[in-house]
Amino acid sequence: MRWIQAIFDILTNPQFYKITLTASTPFIFASLGGVFSEITGVVNIALEGIMLMGAFTSIVFTFYFGSPWLGVLMAIIVGLGMAWLHAWASIKWYGNQIVTGTALILLAQGVTGFLMEPIFGRPGQTDLIGKIEEIRVPGISEIPFIGKVIGELNPLVYIAFGAVVFSWFLIYKTVLGLRMRSVGENPEAADTLGVNVYGIRYFGVLMSGVLASLGGAFLSVGELGQFKELMTGGRGFIALAAMILGNWNPVGAMLASLLFGAAEAMNNQLQSSPILHVSASTKPLFNMLPFIVTLVVVSGFIGRTRPPAADGIPYIKE
Amino acid sequence: MIKSQQRIYAVLVPLLSVIIALLIAAVVIVLVGNDPLKAYWEMLKGAFGGAQEIANTVVKTTPLILTGLAVGFGFRAGVFNIGAEGQMAMGALFSTMVAMNLGSMPSVFAIPITLLVGMGVGAGWAAIAGALKAFTGAHEVISTIMLNWIAYYLGNYMVAAPLAVGSGTPKSPEIAPSAKLPPLLTVHATELTSGIIIAVIAAVVMYVILEKTSVGYEVKAVGFNPYAAEYGGISIAKNVVLSMAISGALAGLAGAVEAMGVHHRYLGALTAGKGFDGISVSLIGQNNPIGIIFAAFLIGSLRTGSNAMQFLGVSKHVVMIVQGIVIFLVAAERIVRTIMIYLRFRRREAGMES
Repeated sequence: MRWIQAIFDILTNPQFYKITLTASTPFIFASLGGVFSEITGVVNIALEGIMLMGAFTSIVFTFYFGSPWLGVLMAIIVGLGMAWLHAWASIKWYGNQIVTGTALILLAQGVTGFLMEPIFGRPGQTDLIGKIEEIRVPGISEIPFIGKVIGELNPLVYIAFGAVVFSWFLIYKTVLGLRMRSVGENPEAADTLGVNVYGIRYFGVLMSGVLASLGGAFLSVGELGQFKELMTGGRGFIALAAMILGNWNPVGAMLASLLFGAAEAMNNQLQSSPILHVSASTKPLFNMLPFIVTLVVVSGFIGRTRPPAADGIPYIKE
Repeated sequence: MIKSQQRIYAVLVPLLSVIIALLIAAVVIVLVGNDPLKAYWEMLKGAFGGAQEIANTVVKTTPLILTGLAVGFGFRAGVFNIGAEGQMAMGALFSTMVAMNLGSMPSVFAIPITLLVGMGVGAGWAAIAGALKAFTGAHEVISTIMLNWIAYYLGNYMVAAPLAVGSGTPKSPEIAPSAKLPPLLTVHATELTSGIIIAVIAAVVMYVILEKTSVGYEVKAVGFNPYAAEYGGISIAKNVVLSMAISGALAGLAGAVEAMGVHHRYLGALTAGKGFDGISVSLIGQNNPIGIIFAAFLIGSLRTGSNAMQFLGVSKHVVMIVQGIVIFLVAAERIVRTIMIYLRFRRREAGMES
């Protein structure tokens, strides 16, 4: 009974929905990134690594120049660099995309860990450096309940939802989007029709770098104001799951991200529930929740979604 | 390409990749204001400078051979087992829980039982991902990563609550003395456990399974071309589950050996990335059991040596950078091959000029 009471209390509190939106934001950015890369036919499991680099870069520039927005901008540039490496290896050199992705994750973990001491003087985590503050939307923030959910949020959260609309429009309503999808489905046919397969694929992967990096930057300069080693904690992979669950569609990816964000928010709220008194030693059990939800959902839904036909297959020009 | 030439490439590509990675890492070390030659020299001394250092390197190499074999077997069978980390943790956790209660049993039984528990649990944990792939189509890269995190938190919970003993780092009680792997020799504080023998035997067994048995043939056939294999009467589903299970058994064995030979208990930091290192090891070793032994030794030495390098103020994370670059280059091996062709071309040109 205590459990039902606790869950009921959480579900009727606007705080839960606000945390859901916040927790979903990194998933939304990164899963949109995954969509861009994979609809052009390049599997990008490096999202986790790009996010980590984004989180780190944005804190470093905030630390040196005091501006979190400059940090976000630099994170995007570094994200582009990481994505370019992935694109270069998998498009130009026909590398195994899953393996180069793994390499980039390792590289990101190595580089961020390596630079902690030279830049911040100690390993592990930085001090509170600075973050982007929440903004209040006049009008909406006065509406009861809803105002508490969407009326006052970090600007990056609004940007994430804007990015969903932008991505959907770009992919389904423009010529470029049509070309991207055709390259991911049938690169030979697209090539015959004069579409620059390699160029389009580079574009898709680079977009994934920009978006994943934004997701990472949100974790550090958006939410916490500090960087912790390995702070992405598997979110890049949950984002990939959201992309699959969302059937490689930006809106679907957003909905799936919201589901995974809700699992994280529920975990977070259950741990601090005044009714349950969760002890420190049982917290790890709660922390499994988002991963179990992801595993169950991905295996339950996967037969019903379909990846782009040429996803993960290098295109070798005759 | 001729077969002998292919073999040469199989050795040269990873070797050249390691050299390129060390050169790039040297640049990184210079950029943070350190002397790379000094750092690498410290690393070399830290890994091979004396009997204790060498013993340490062998201790670090042991689990890497096993996780490398785990990932390598998966690659040969066409599955990317990125979950060796979680399978190793589960193997270590459950073998510890069994071995804690084997006080009255002689070693002849206690050791094999504990090893088998580790293998069985690792196999089962990996088979979950195998079954999900076979029956629902869930990609093993995602499911094994999720299983890694679940295993990580489960292990943390077990040592924080039901199994917790003592204060400080959360840890389980010690295993029964009869279930500990006997040390081959003890150099100062370092026990060179017999785990290395188990690891080498596992490599030989894997070689035999892959090259000399029908199970190995089927697994490789599915890995090479699943549709052709199915047409030839081999069940893809059965083989995917089986390959994940065998891969997981090797990772679970790594966990059991680490718990029985090094820590003598379970603690959260027992795996510490050794499962992920298995990916580097198998790729550098070109998924060949014998190559994997050498690759594990290379990564083991880098890891041991990097601890010594830290005293110079160079973070041991350098090793991860090196590993990342090596994996990247091995995955896109055409880059390395192109460099090799270019170098040969340059040499020939230089020869013509002189």
